[in-house]
Amino acid sequence: MSTVTDEKRKAPAGERVADWADGRLGIYSLAKANMRKIFPDHWSFMLGEIALYSFIIIILTGVYLTLFFHPSMNEIVYHGSYVPMQGIRMTEAYASTLEISFDVRGGLLIRQIHHWAALIFLAAMFVHMMRVFFTGAFRKPREINWLFGFLLFVLGMFTGFTGYSLPDDLLSGTGVRFTQGAILATPVVGTYISFFLFGGEFPGHDMVARFYSIHILLLPGIMLGLVVAHLILVFYHKHTQFAGPGRTNNNVVGMPLLPVYMAKAGGFFFLVFGVIAAISGLFTINPVWALGPYRPDQVSTGAQPDWYMGFAEGLVRVMPGWEITFWGHTLALGVFIPLVVFGLVLVALAVYPFIEAWVTGDKREHHILDRPRNAPTRTALGVAWVTGYVIMLLGGGNDIFATHFHLSINSITWFVRISYFVGPVLAFIITRRICLGLQRRDKDKVLHGRESGIIKRLPHGEFVEVHEPLSQQQLHSLTAHEQYAPAEIGPSVDENGVERKVTRGQKLRAKLSKGYYGEGSQIPKPTADEYKEITSGHGHH
Amino acid sequence: MSSQEIPEKNLPSEQDTAHGAVAVAEDPFADPGLPPHKPRIQDIDERAAKRSERTVALLFTLSMLSTIGFIASFVAFPVDKIVYVWPIGHVSALNLSLGVTLGLALFCIGAGAVHWARTLMSDVEVADERHPIEADPVVKAKVMSDFAAGAEESAIGRRKLIRTTMFGALAMVPLSGVVLLRDLGPLPEKKLFHTAWGRGKQLINMNTNEPLRPEDVAVGSLTFAKPEGLEEDNHEFNNEIAKAALMIVRLQPQDIKDKRELDWSHQGIVAFSKICTHVGCPISLYEQQTHHVLCPCHQSTFDLSDGARVIFGPAGHALPQLRIGVNDEGFLEALGDFEEPVGPSFWERG
Amino acid sequence: MKKLSARRRHPLAAVVVLLLALAATGGLYAAFAPAGKAQADETAQSLAIEEGKKLYAVGCSSCHGTGGQGGSDGPSLVGVGSAAVDFQVGTGRMPAQQPGAQVPEKKKVYSQAEIDQLAAYVASLGAGPITPTEEQYNPEGADIARGGDLFRTNCAQCHNFTGEGGALTNGKYAPSLEDVSPKHLYEAMQTGPQNMPSFPDTTLPEQQKKDIIAYVKTVNGEETETPGGFALGGLGPVSEGLFGWIFGLGSLIAVAVWVAAHTAKAKKS
Repeated sequence: MSTVTDEKRKAPAGERVADWADGRLGIYSLAKANMRKIFPDHWSFMLGEIALYSFIIIILTGVYLTLFFHPSMNEIVYHGSYVPMQGIRMTEAYASTLEISFDVRGGLLIRQIHHWAALIFLAAMFVHMMRVFFTGAFRKPREINWLFGFLLFVLGMFTGFTGYSLPDDLLSGTGVRFTQGAILATPVVGTYISFFLFGGEFPGHDMVARFYSIHILLLPGIMLGLVVAHLILVFYHKHTQFAGPGRTNNNVVGMPLLPVYMAKAGGFFFLVFGVIAAISGLFTINPVWALGPYRPDQVSTGAQPDWYMGFAEGLVRVMPGWEITFWGHTLALGVFIPLVVFGLVLVALAVYPFIEAWVTGDKREHHILDRPRNAPTRTALGVAWVTGYVIMLLGGGNDIFATHFHLSINSITWFVRISYFVGPVLAFIITRRICLGLQRRDKDKVLHGRESGIIKRLPHGEFVEVHEPLSQQQLHSLTAHEQYAPAEIGPSVDENGVERKVTRGQKLRAKLSKGYYGEGSQIPKPTADEYKEITSGHGHH
Repeated sequence: MSSQEIPEKNLPSEQDTAHGAVAVAEDPFADPGLPPHKPRIQDIDERAAKRSERTVALLFTLSMLSTIGFIASFVAFPVDKIVYVWPIGHVSALNLSLGVTLGLALFCIGAGAVHWARTLMSDVEVADERHPIEADPVVKAKVMSDFAAGAEESAIGRRKLIRTTMFGALAMVPLSGVVLLRDLGPLPEKKLFHTAWGRGKQLINMNTNEPLRPEDVAVGSLTFAKPEGLEEDNHEFNNEIAKAALMIVRLQPQDIKDKRELDWSHQGIVAFSKICTHVGCPISLYEQQTHHVLCPCHQSTFDLSDGARVIFGPAGHALPQLRIGVNDEGFLEALGDFEEPVGPSFWERG
Repeated sequence: MKKLSARRRHPLAAVVVLLLALAATGGLYAAFAPAGKAQADETAQSLAIEEGKKLYAVGCSSCHGTGGQGGSDGPSLVGVGSAAVDFQVGTGRMPAQQPGAQVPEKKKVYSQAEIDQLAAYVASLGAGPITPTEEQYNPEGADIARGGDLFRTNCAQCHNFTGEGGALTNGKYAPSLEDVSPKHLYEAMQTGPQNMPSFPDTTLPEQQKKDIIAYVKTVNGEETETPGGFALGGLGPVSEGLFGWIFGLGSLIAVAVWVAAHTAKAKKS
């Protein structure tokens, strides 16, 4: 067999392994397309990587934790090494969490890495999503990937929540009780869903085991699939980039995967893991031993979910207690409305790319990112959304803010109630004005140059500040953005004098388009003619 | 989604910067193309490059040392060893040392790799061409005709009986899965309407596990009780206490504003459900001067001197009251179950 | 009074309070210290009541009435007992500086000897809970785990899992139990100061109070172990979330900026 190849030449071992793999997997064709793939450099492009790496860290540490955790609600009397719990009745789930924390060497560290990484995972997904939103990276062809990312965020919230519930401690049990109460508030089917989910009455004996399989298998399995799909699409679409010299909609400028990004992205994984490991060694998270086992008749003040559910918590806290009773039924609007709003606020985020695409009517591919200021209406909408979100986060922590800033919890609740409606509107108006101001500044810079800070006295005594003209590269970068004209409905009669039917949808779109791109919604960017007139006319100052 | 009727002129002109350099004279804003590459110190000074190399190697070595430190800590520190470290407090020596050494070991690998990439690998920017995602019309036509051929060959369009029954079968088969979920739990029936309380059940002090006498309960005090016969080691203790938990306070009878509350009390001792009517947290933040009780989860506030009606927050109705009296031996007892379901509202509550 | 309450957050408020406290302490000492010697032949108890009455007349009667019968600014002290006085004055809550949602803990104004005299006087007005002896509140040898269970049933709803404190309605709050002495913990349970309900011995026996004190001292004292590292205030997910965002994600973004930044170029020479 081998004599034939031996005669030709002895290939190095690595090459022979690669040949073997290529014959079965076709890796050379894959490598040809991807090995020197170009990625642009920008810090904000790495936010998604933080999320990806914390997800990997969560999976690695999670697998370790399953080796020691007992997902069981069987009750035992604790006789382990943590003295303040000795002799207390608790579920095996809680007892095994204590064991991981106190008896398994390094178990506490892994538990803390798992939990810190989860908080950072969700936070990183959030800021990554905001980056994509504010730069318009969700536009065609990336709408599907936006949805994948959105689903990852939502699934991440629920995976986090189910994980938070597993130790069956007094804090998480209170969170589960809240969930059960919220399920009960669902009209018609709520009671049945609750009984099926908990295997009977709350808390029952099945919750931990069921949440466990959801937490370690069902949700992360779906998420893993989505992450892979998300990454494949990132590779397939190639990364977006900011406008700049040599960077067009038809290319991507940066450095190759091999070697630079292999080292940078690979290295970044270790950096993220290192930072999270160090945090977990230095800072306590969720000290379940201090919380006690769950009992439905015990509670502690300051009962909050992890931050990513804080927004929902806020909605529930500040909602007035509306409840209607009719025909022998009770509709707990005080709980049900916040649940609906919670869903709607998230869905608004998911569908935004499609709404904007409909308003602009733009069907082209977009690979050049917008600077947030150059899309004032989108930016303002985004800031308004974030404002509402943050206000509800504050609402979710109203008791902690009350004690630490010496405020009345009732006043904070009222503040949140009012500002949830007022805040986003103000944020929208202010953000748009700031964006337009920045556009004006860009325009001035292009037309008159950069303010140098040098004051010059002219022969006739006038003082002027010297403006330095921008370089060709800067001029291009500042004028490369596109500006839409608002869509018009058109004449109400066509060329034959026949009345044209204008649908309500068209009218709405024309209105929205005017709001986005009409007068006062963007500053017309400088034209070449304006620039020439100014530069050739009276010099620049 | 249709945008056909938006005229082309409303869209910004296609960016055409490919021939930027040529157009500069005409257009001052034209794309001048990629700027020329400027070398780094390491590109032109071999000594600087050597320094970078040493830094990277040092970082990798530090990582190795940290891993050794990790293993050493694992072996050296007992799992229950607590040390005082300023300013973080009395912490586990093992957790601290493992976390810091693991963090350092990982961080140094990352820092080394990134420093290597930043200072020694080529930093020449390269452009990759993009290709439209959409297939060209020829490919699309080929796919459409292939699909049409396949569909035709299957005869799914002609043999409607096959198509209809197939869809029927596919639609029905998941029902088995849905049916299988039935035994996830029992039906609710009237379970949420009843608790472990009942006529003649004594009020047992949660703390002492002894029945309560009226004289035990002082004005301004707060006591929690469970029904007689419900013990912590019962298999169903948690399910039952989730509904039966009781909060007992004593008011001056003249302070009770609600007539029914007064009727159901005993010498000013009133017993209310401890389970919040909002989403079921054990509500018991009792302010003895105002007689308000606050829920720590969502701040629903109830006035215990006025039938426990809601005075703030998201709860929809008052806390249910348990009617109490005193039995022959002088102990407090329930005069029946709660007259309405305790805890959060649900559809069938009525 | 409104003006005063509006200014209680003024940066100088603490200084003013301190000066008032110092003046009161000094003044009281000067006024009463010599008198103690002159009446050495009285029985200790009636002497204490007598001294307490004088202290009371100066420091307390303006709100609580000259005979402890109460007034518009303060409740009746008849029957509150010496334990209530020892707690209120011993933790500096009384004398109160200004009305508000709640009278806060502050530096105590009276010496322990004076507090005992005040307590003796107030106890003489009507029977009430008696200041506990060390034997009653000393948590040594108490059952910590049982104390934890009792704490979670009776106390955690207001004071948090480990006694960090929490919010009540309209600006009131359950204070942190850190640094509260076992005696004061015992007295608070016994007497129910301000809006806190009481937990009398009939429903929470002495031994159980000791268990609770032992638990509080274990989980919220100077020697409290936080094996996982810095405890971030022990406040749970809110502080953890803030930390995760600001420090966790913040430092990772800082690292990302370094990774993505262009390396310094060589200067043209």
